[in-house]
Amino acid sequence: MTEIGHNVSLRERARRIRRNALRMGEVQGQGYIAQALGVADVLAVSYFHATNYRPEDPEWEDRDRFLLSIGHYAIALYAALIEAKIIPEDELETYGTDDSRLPMSGMAAYTPGMEITGGSLGHGLGIAVGMCLALKRKSSKSFVYNLFSDGELDEGSTWEAAMSAGSYKLDNLIGIVDVNQMQADGPSLGVMNFEPLVPKFEAFGWFVQRVDGNDIDALVGAFDAARHHDGVQPRLIICDTKMAKGVPFLEARERNHFLRVEPHEWAEALDIIDAGAVA
Amino acid sequence: MRRSKYIRQPHLLNNGDGPRLTTSAMIASIAGPDQPTKPAPFGHTLAAIADREPRILGLSADLAKYTDLHIFRAAHPDRFYQMGMAEQLLMMAAAGMAREGFQPWVTTYAVFASRRAYDFICLAIAEEMLDVKIVCALPGLTTGYGPSHQATEDVAMFRGMPNLTIIDPCDAHEIEQAVPAIAAHKGPVYMRLLRGNVPLVLDEYGYQFELGKAQLIRDGRDTLIISSGLMTMRALEAAKELQRDGVDAAVLHVPTVKPLDEATILAECGKGGRLVVVAENHTIIGGLGEAVAATLMRSDVRPAAFRQIALPDRFLEAGALPTLHDQYGLSTGRVVSAIKGWLNE
Repeated sequence: MTEIGHNVSLRERARRIRRNALRMGEVQGQGYIAQALGVADVLAVSYFHATNYRPEDPEWEDRDRFLLSIGHYAIALYAALIEAKIIPEDELETYGTDDSRLPMSGMAAYTPGMEITGGSLGHGLGIAVGMCLALKRKSSKSFVYNLFSDGELDEGSTWEAAMSAGSYKLDNLIGIVDVNQMQADGPSLGVMNFEPLVPKFEAFGWFVQRVDGNDIDALVGAFDAARHHDGVQPRLIICDTKMAKGVPFLEARERNHFLRVEPHEWAEALDIIDAGAVA
Repeated sequence: MRRSKYIRQPHLLNNGDGPRLTTSAMIASIAGPDQPTKPAPFGHTLAAIADREPRILGLSADLAKYTDLHIFRAAHPDRFYQMGMAEQLLMMAAAGMAREGFQPWVTTYAVFASRRAYDFICLAIAEEMLDVKIVCALPGLTTGYGPSHQATEDVAMFRGMPNLTIIDPCDAHEIEQAVPAIAAHKGPVYMRLLRGNVPLVLDEYGYQFELGKAQLIRDGRDTLIISSGLMTMRALEAAKELQRDGVDAAVLHVPTVKPLDEATILAECGKGGRLVVVAENHTIIGGLGEAVAATLMRSDVRPAAFRQIALPDRFLEAGALPTLHDQYGLSTGRVVSAIKGWLNE
């Protein structure tokens, strides 16, 4: 069992990740804010409970690899990387501006801690398969996380990778699917019905858990189980998250794949997030 | 117009004009009847250099045997990865392995690498300048199985991809030299593969492959043939035949299609008064011919005339490879007659 104090601290991490994301969103006036707010708890548990890394050495050989397949979630990962002190906090003011290390879509060449170039969706899981095979060759104990989205379940390449991970019994691979039920053209299941997800991945040979992706305790339990699972098989954590979680007036917006937020609303959103701060 | 499958050819049924060629195996030999060949030069060379380079891995998408990678697999079974019939995964997995410090050599057919896996090569490999080597069989017109297997536009597609080096070797001799050179080069490379019993041609000319270099294989006063891949073999055969008819043909072999050795091409084309013919096993669109033409135009170099020997902008027919090479102008005889015709214009 995880200690309560530890989880309180993870909640505060998640709150600060949300805060960082909102501040970056304010620089642009719009963006993939709802995804960042929704996945903040998953990133907090990933970076402050379940991932080994050295902030001062993002390419440390023994780190766990955390791949962001969903390039447009870059704002969310930057928010976590800032909280993890891999990126200095003052850089969030440069988000999406010319010459910034924080472009709108995540690219490995631009940003410390960004392991791959995402954005052409459906790439991350297959790259993770190659990294897992390579890490096994090196007798490495590191895990490879791949954060992908429910939308990426539409891509055939995701399933090529899923099948090969099962076939190669990649027990050093932990997939994290953010099921936020929203894609560019509308609600995910209306775009393409990918359910039932748990038996699908189980049939591909994966150890599958499905949790409320905004419940820190549930996430801690799932990540612990994924890392310590005895089966020689890849692991998947399906995280059902709520778009724009933590800012009720943004949660209420129906079309929130790419949010436009009025200038005065940023301060309002930040006030709501700050009200949850731990002293 | 392609031949319709619905039109029966009655003369085939009654064998009216004697025996005819059959399509045979998917990968037909490009060797002439009495031509010396070497078996699987790519597979043997890669297996040999992997003995001293532990970073080298081999991956295939259910085509190891048909890309000569089975030789590597037999020599280094623990360094071979079967990725299944999944070319997107093949490229993604190679990218992941390269990120972890290995040098993956991936093989499939050129049609699948170019048409099916382009995005994965482009974003996961080339954009990241990863050290992945992509070696693909059936380039251009080297199978009689029709458009599903004929990669007639692979070079056009890959020329548009930044960071990617493109190699189109001529024969077994060149493949044996190109493979270690490609391994020593840091960054993504696409090589058009000739596999099976591959003709041996360039040893006769004392040729040494250099990555990025075009090389004059033979000189000549009347015409300059600029060629890559198996068309250099055809160009050299054509030059010998033309010689007998008093036509003096030079052959400039351009195995590195990208980056193009513009300096050598400009220097040779600048030796005025010659007909320049670019010959390639590829569609006339977007390949070596257009690359050379643009190079000449940009530098105001004007040969006496400029012509192309290339595949037409069409989906090609199925059939026996010698029949198809003759039909589409890649055979030695067609090269000779085309050049004679242009010299008499």
